[in-house]
Amino acid sequence: MPDRVVPLRPAASEAEGGETPICRLDRVSLERGGRRLLERIDMAIPRGRISVLLGPNGAGKSLALRLIAGLETPSGGTLTLAPGLEAKHVGLVLQQPVFLRRSVHANLAHALALAGTPRRERVGRIAELLVRADLAHAAARPARALSGGEQQRLAIVRALALEPRLLLLDEPTSSLDPQATRAVEALIGEIRNEGTTILLVTHDVAQARRLAERVIFLADGRVRESGPADSFFDAPRSRAAAAYLEGRLPEEAGDAPHS
Amino acid sequence: MAATFYRDLAEIVTLSLEVSLGAVVLAALLAVPLGAVLALGRFRGRGALVLLVNAAMGLPPVVVGLGLYLLFSRAGPLGPLGLLYTPAAMIIAQTILVIPIIASFTRETVEGLAAEYGDMLAVLRAGFGQRLLTLLVEARPALLTAILAGLGRALSEVGAVMIVGGNIAHYTRVMTTAITLETSKGNLALAMALGGILLTLALGLNLAVGLIRERMQEPTHA
Repeated sequence: MPDRVVPLRPAASEAEGGETPICRLDRVSLERGGRRLLERIDMAIPRGRISVLLGPNGAGKSLALRLIAGLETPSGGTLTLAPGLEAKHVGLVLQQPVFLRRSVHANLAHALALAGTPRRERVGRIAELLVRADLAHAAARPARALSGGEQQRLAIVRALALEPRLLLLDEPTSSLDPQATRAVEALIGEIRNEGTTILLVTHDVAQARRLAERVIFLADGRVRESGPADSFFDAPRSRAAAAYLEGRLPEEAGDAPHS
Repeated sequence: MAATFYRDLAEIVTLSLEVSLGAVVLAALLAVPLGAVLALGRFRGRGALVLLVNAAMGLPPVVVGLGLYLLFSRAGPLGPLGLLYTPAAMIIAQTILVIPIIASFTRETVEGLAAEYGDMLAVLRAGFGQRLLTLLVEARPALLTAILAGLGRALSEVGAVMIVGGNIAHYTRVMTTAITLETSKGNLALAMALGGILLTLALGLNLAVGLIRERMQEPTHA
């Protein structure tokens, strides 16, 4: 078992067994400009866990995330959210978060206003989110002047302002140093322990080992393998995943069978 | 003599500011929503409308004045309103000249901001109204420069206010029309005094526009 930044509590669904996934994709394809960027993707995101979408650059990971968030429309297949869930329950943190040219505080206030949080509750919620992001000291600073790690933490708590049930994170630590990365991963672990399902995109195998409970391996717009993290890392079944874990390019492994 | 000189001067400057400020406020109320709709709306003819608004920035003031003269003259369709040779007609004329400037600036700015904030607002599940409001609030510095630029155009144009205002002393005489008249009469003292004031206002406004634009270039401000 890899060292976790935050020990993960057993997920609720573990005891209950075959609970319906919070989100599933059935043979979802996405075409753009005549090119197939995602090819008949099947995916089921279990509730209350951290699932990691792993794969090389250009595999279509970010696109899959945008699709689940409703920012892209599939050209084929179906995307199903669990009963009672709507797009507004799905939060997305973009790889390069964009903030208003205003203070950290004002950015959170704006998100809460969009989320429809009553005005009198906003001050308290902002204080709470600032503490979660460890940014209470920086509330008055311009959001765009924060460091990379601080911006990622701010972007994550801003997404929490909408109280998502499923939080999608696109390479949240790709440009961060190890210390900032640990802080972001710790925050992700905490959010997961509070019951929010997480789907994280990364190309970083080490990070996937640290965070994943489930892994979906994507290459060339196809799901090559998916399963529990432990068995994926110990004994990948597809040649593409095995090659990727060894640090070889997946192309060298040729066409691997779907699993 | 001196007392009349200064009284006339003050009267002319005051009317100029009243007319042009009135025109700019009116133009902003119409042009900011127009620009925002052109930036965010997706409808047929949008492209043509954008081109038209941009082209309208080059409207010759004299021609706008002539058009309004035909509308407002006693025999014209709006003749009964009795607007010809009133400050109201001057405000309308300058409003028409300023609308394209503010609308085009607004459209350009909001379009740029929409590209920048599009994903963020989509992810935060903002509705159309919320998107519009966010973008306009973020666009405030740019909108201010557009409004100041519009004020500069309104204050310095001669042709339109001359035709629809008639340059009537103590009633519709503004800085630009007074300068024209006084220069032709050889009364250079008043013409130069007004010219100095107009020059200061116009340069001051453009200076302010430049300073605000420079400040907007900075990546971060609270």
